[in-house]
Amino acid sequence: MLSVNITQAFGSFRLETQFEVEEGSITAIFGKSGAGKTSTINAIAGLTRPDVGVIQIGNTTLFDQNLRINLPIYKRQIGYVFQDDRLFPHMTVRNNLIYGTPKNRDVANSLNLTDITGLLELAPLLERRPRTLSGGEKQRVAIGRALLSNPKLLLMDEPLASIDVQHRFEILPFIQRVREKTGITIIYVTHALEEVIFIADQIILLSEGQVTAQGTVEEIMSRLDLHPMTSRFDAGAVISAIYSGYDREFDLGELSFDGGTLRIAGLNAEIGIHLRAHIRARDVSLMLDKPKDTSVLNVFKGELIEIRHEDGPQLDLLINIGTPLIARITRKSLNDLNLDIGSKVYAMIKAVAIDRKTLGINVSPLSKKIKPKKD
Amino acid sequence: MTILSPLEYEVVLLSVQVATWSVLISMPLSLATAWLLSRRQFYGHLIVDGLVHLPMVIPPVVVGYVLLILFGRQGPIGGFLSEVLGITIAFTWKGAAIASAVMAFPLMVRAIRLSFQAIDEGLEEAAATLGASPFRVFFTITIPIISPGLIAAAILGFARSLGEFGATITFVSNIPGETRTLPLALFTLIQTPGGDAAAVRLLSISVILALGALIASEYLARRITRQVKR
Repeated sequence: MLSVNITQAFGSFRLETQFEVEEGSITAIFGKSGAGKTSTINAIAGLTRPDVGVIQIGNTTLFDQNLRINLPIYKRQIGYVFQDDRLFPHMTVRNNLIYGTPKNRDVANSLNLTDITGLLELAPLLERRPRTLSGGEKQRVAIGRALLSNPKLLLMDEPLASIDVQHRFEILPFIQRVREKTGITIIYVTHALEEVIFIADQIILLSEGQVTAQGTVEEIMSRLDLHPMTSRFDAGAVISAIYSGYDREFDLGELSFDGGTLRIAGLNAEIGIHLRAHIRARDVSLMLDKPKDTSVLNVFKGELIEIRHEDGPQLDLLINIGTPLIARITRKSLNDLNLDIGSKVYAMIKAVAIDRKTLGINVSPLSKKIKPKKD
Repeated sequence: MTILSPLEYEVVLLSVQVATWSVLISMPLSLATAWLLSRRQFYGHLIVDGLVHLPMVIPPVVVGYVLLILFGRQGPIGGFLSEVLGITIAFTWKGAAIASAVMAFPLMVRAIRLSFQAIDEGLEEAAATLGASPFRVFFTITIPIISPGLIAAAILGFARSLGEFGATITFVSNIPGETRTLPLALFTLIQTPGGDAAAVRLLSISVILALGALIASEYLARRITRQVKR
């Protein structure tokens, strides 16, 4: 387990973060640029030194201002995948990969070059120079290189930022695979909500140098009060589900969750896998009576449990349909339908409104249940 | 060698030998100084920076004279070397190499410093996160990446040493076969009545030598730059 409690001043900006991260989880540090995300992981890696505080991994203290402990970077055993790949230009991919491999081979449960090459599909690249690789290939090598140094923790600082938009999502399944195969704890810094939903178990919400919320992706995304910080436009609940069926005739995938079955256009996946669907609040509409003769495939009965009033024409509602769902409607609709806490409503979600790309494929059950602590 | 007369051959060989040793002596010191000046903040930074550039701005004769005082048989360093180790510096080619090294030093420090400032320190950080000690980072990341700059510095130092005159003649005199390098030989010929033809020959040789060194260094630097470019 990683625990961080640090204060660090950068001119007028003040970073004051305190959080804990469970072993084996993927935790996203999410926030706008300038919120202190990179500063936080730089302090964990030892690239910068906090003014006061403590950083520990398990029983190892990496930093403790009171005890005058400040382990140098190279003794921390923390892998770091930088925003820019930072591959060594004068070495081949192979030599980059093995640069940090511990020399004493008796290191328990350490990965070797063959494992990593297989996992990240790097075999054809081994003899090439970094400058000949594409952005995505470079980041895969950078991930492999960090893993081969046998780290206790892997830090990733917006690893997709330097990759062109079309190829960005090709890297995420690799990161998922790394976690599944190695069980390594990952801290993933990003300001892209879809990456968080795709990959993370936990979110740490960072705003102006402070942790404003921490919890599972589902919890944080269903909190109406956090919308200004998560994302105004893309705000919406995240539903954990199991892929339960596929309608071949109409090319529709079915996701079972606590409130029923959600149908998504064009989704054909392996039956039984865990998935996460991000239902944007803007894509949810409400009716008082059970709708008939509608083109909308997904209709769920629920109860209104929270209203977040905001200035302006629209507002967000939290509806319990067995799982939290968020709907964004106009103030006028709220008035016309005479909605209040406790009102029974039918929530409708168009099957075509859900973006298949943002479904967190292969999200492990960890996102619902945190693994028991290991010592 | 048929093109060069035996005397010319001797002069060229001695010059190359002196210049090579000059670079070998100056390189580690320049590297350390350049690293110190570009990577460390310390009290007296400006003073060290000034001292490094001193040989560039004071008359070479002064440098030669100071060396004579220090390395002469009665001097503090020269005395120690001759009594304890039996090495004589003054009035030998070794002294010529030291004089050239001192004169080349500021140029080499400047060239290496530029490389240190141009390197992406993110690469060194990345190496550290992979478990490499500062020592290992320096020799496996920093040095290979600044190697084009090191070569440029070496060639600059070499060329400077080939042309060294004032400090050399003051410190180790103009002894044929021992300290008479190209510029000193040229000087002697100019002083000799009827030595013009030989002087022009020697002049051409020195131009060819310097030009050859520069072209070789440019070729080498390009090759290495291609290797270490991102």
